[in-house]
Amino acid sequence: MAKSIDVSDLDIYYGDFLAVEGVNMHIKARSVTAFIGPSGCGKSTVLRSLNRMHEVIPGAHVQGKVTVDGQSLYDSAVDPVAVRRQIGMVFQRPNPFPTMSIYENVLAGNRLNSKKMKKTEADDIVERSLKGANLWNEVKDRLDKPGMGLSGGQQQRLCIARAIAVEPQVLLMDEPCSALDPISTSAIEDLIHELKSDYTIVIVTHNMQQAARVSDETGFFNLKAAGQPGHLVEFNATPKMFANPDNEATEAYISGRFG
Amino acid sequence: MSTTTDLKTPTPDQLEPLMGGTLPRVAPLLVGVCSVALGALAWLLGLSPVVGVVVAWLGYVLGYTVWSRSVEGSRKATDALMRTLMWTAFVLAMLPLVSLIWTVVARGLPVLTPQFLNDDMSGRALLGVGGGIYHAIMGTVMVTAIAAIIAVPIGLFTAIYLVEYGKNNRLAKVITFLVDVMTGIPSIVAGLFAVALFIVVTGDPLPRLGIGGAIALAVLMLPTVIRSVEEMLKLVPDDLREASYALGVPRWRTIVKVVLPTAVAGIVTGITLAIARVAGETAPLLLILGTARVANWNPFEGPVQTLPVYIFQSLGQTTHFKYGEIWTDRVWGAALFLIIIVMSLNLVARIIGKAFAPKTGR
Repeated sequence: MAKSIDVSDLDIYYGDFLAVEGVNMHIKARSVTAFIGPSGCGKSTVLRSLNRMHEVIPGAHVQGKVTVDGQSLYDSAVDPVAVRRQIGMVFQRPNPFPTMSIYENVLAGNRLNSKKMKKTEADDIVERSLKGANLWNEVKDRLDKPGMGLSGGQQQRLCIARAIAVEPQVLLMDEPCSALDPISTSAIEDLIHELKSDYTIVIVTHNMQQAARVSDETGFFNLKAAGQPGHLVEFNATPKMFANPDNEATEAYISGRFG
Repeated sequence: MSTTTDLKTPTPDQLEPLMGGTLPRVAPLLVGVCSVALGALAWLLGLSPVVGVVVAWLGYVLGYTVWSRSVEGSRKATDALMRTLMWTAFVLAMLPLVSLIWTVVARGLPVLTPQFLNDDMSGRALLGVGGGIYHAIMGTVMVTAIAAIIAVPIGLFTAIYLVEYGKNNRLAKVITFLVDVMTGIPSIVAGLFAVALFIVVTGDPLPRLGIGGAIALAVLMLPTVIRSVEEMLKLVPDDLREASYALGVPRWRTIVKVVLPTAVAGIVTGITLAIARVAGETAPLLLILGTARVANWNPFEGPVQTLPVYIFQSLGQTTHFKYGEIWTDRVWGAALFLIIIVMSLNLVARIIGKAFAPKTGR
């Protein structure tokens, strides 16, 4: 069910401001693709344009083409809500719904879309998703407690469980570990490795070791200069990217000579 | 001579002392007693009691600050001075409030008998026999409830539009401006609006009907409701909206199922406080509701009595040569009951706020 994504000549705007320019890439199905680069270079913006979350911000729009298995995302007949049902997202800060219990949080995607389901079916989805997010053993005895009562790392895994409960085809992760300690981070990286067999995963990260550890392919974004739009510098297989990149700027960034 | 050792280990007298002088714990009490004595002395010397209080207060402020400065240093002295000033401001703010409640309770409580609450002003009440506020309580409840039924949905949906749909667009800016203007509308003008409206609707040159009062109150409530709901919706983090969108939930469902439940405690509190605020409104109701001596449950016909209007009209009778005292009692009784209604609405708002607040227990 995983799908591949093709991006061609993508320009992304906030109002009149061109934030990212001329992105071309092919994201393979059932693989992990990492976006790295300095702050403000548009990694998250590109990520958010992949499931049309970008346009939630007033004035934001894109030019160019994003196709998921041949279907153009920005076609005028495409319903953004339908896109987001297939392409899930995990955010930088854990954001469980404060009014809902752990159980309800996992089911939020189904329940909020008023999908009718039996109790056993719902229980199944909750257990499967929480197991998928490596959280089941920690919370199975307190599923009716508020999701906000969990620790930061557990909340983030709860958000991942919530995202995979609707069985998306692609999972976008926007710096999912930046607010977490090393142990929770490692739990989530393990999780990414497991999820890879079922989902196409795109992850934005500031942590280069993390990109090297989890990803199959890496895209490096950079700014030409301050005030200039961000652009994709290099897109390559991760081992090549970190051992022998084609571009000098990539090597400088990865080896820590700038940024 | 020993410059190098100075750099490494400062001698004890080079360190800033961590301990300083401290006033004894009874110091404020001591200064307080002294300054009260001073004030009393001023009073005994023939000055007015008000001057005595001022003298005592000045004595306390100066005495304690100077003493603190000489023993504890200037930082603590400033702290003591500022703390005294803030307590003074607090007491000054509380004085009228406490005195008002005290007066109303003391004079109204004896009047509030079951008979007073269950009787209206029909029959021989005008001649000083019996008489009560039943009709006014029911009128207040009915008119305020209708006003809430009109204003709450409109206000709620306007606020939802402003926060969720109209972010920074021109229509939203115009609406926000108009709401701000509406906040400043004098209540008597709202009453005039209702009168003018119902002259047109009914053709009666002097319309008297409950719905008119309700509409006047709704006009006054609307900006308060919009503002408070708007603030509450703005407090809901965008993270939650995005989390919901990312699950493929449409916007309207996100608002209904995520945003509103998260903000419900504040919304309900704000609405209840807006209702409490208009329950005591007098001027517009005076214009459109007229005077009634018995409960009138039909909002579409005939005058309706409410508590504030009842108080106002009774006040005109307190100088009556024969029944003046009875009317005075009625004023205080009605005033106390009005305060009880408004206070219980405030309490209800707090309880609801607590009950609906998102839980974070483990």
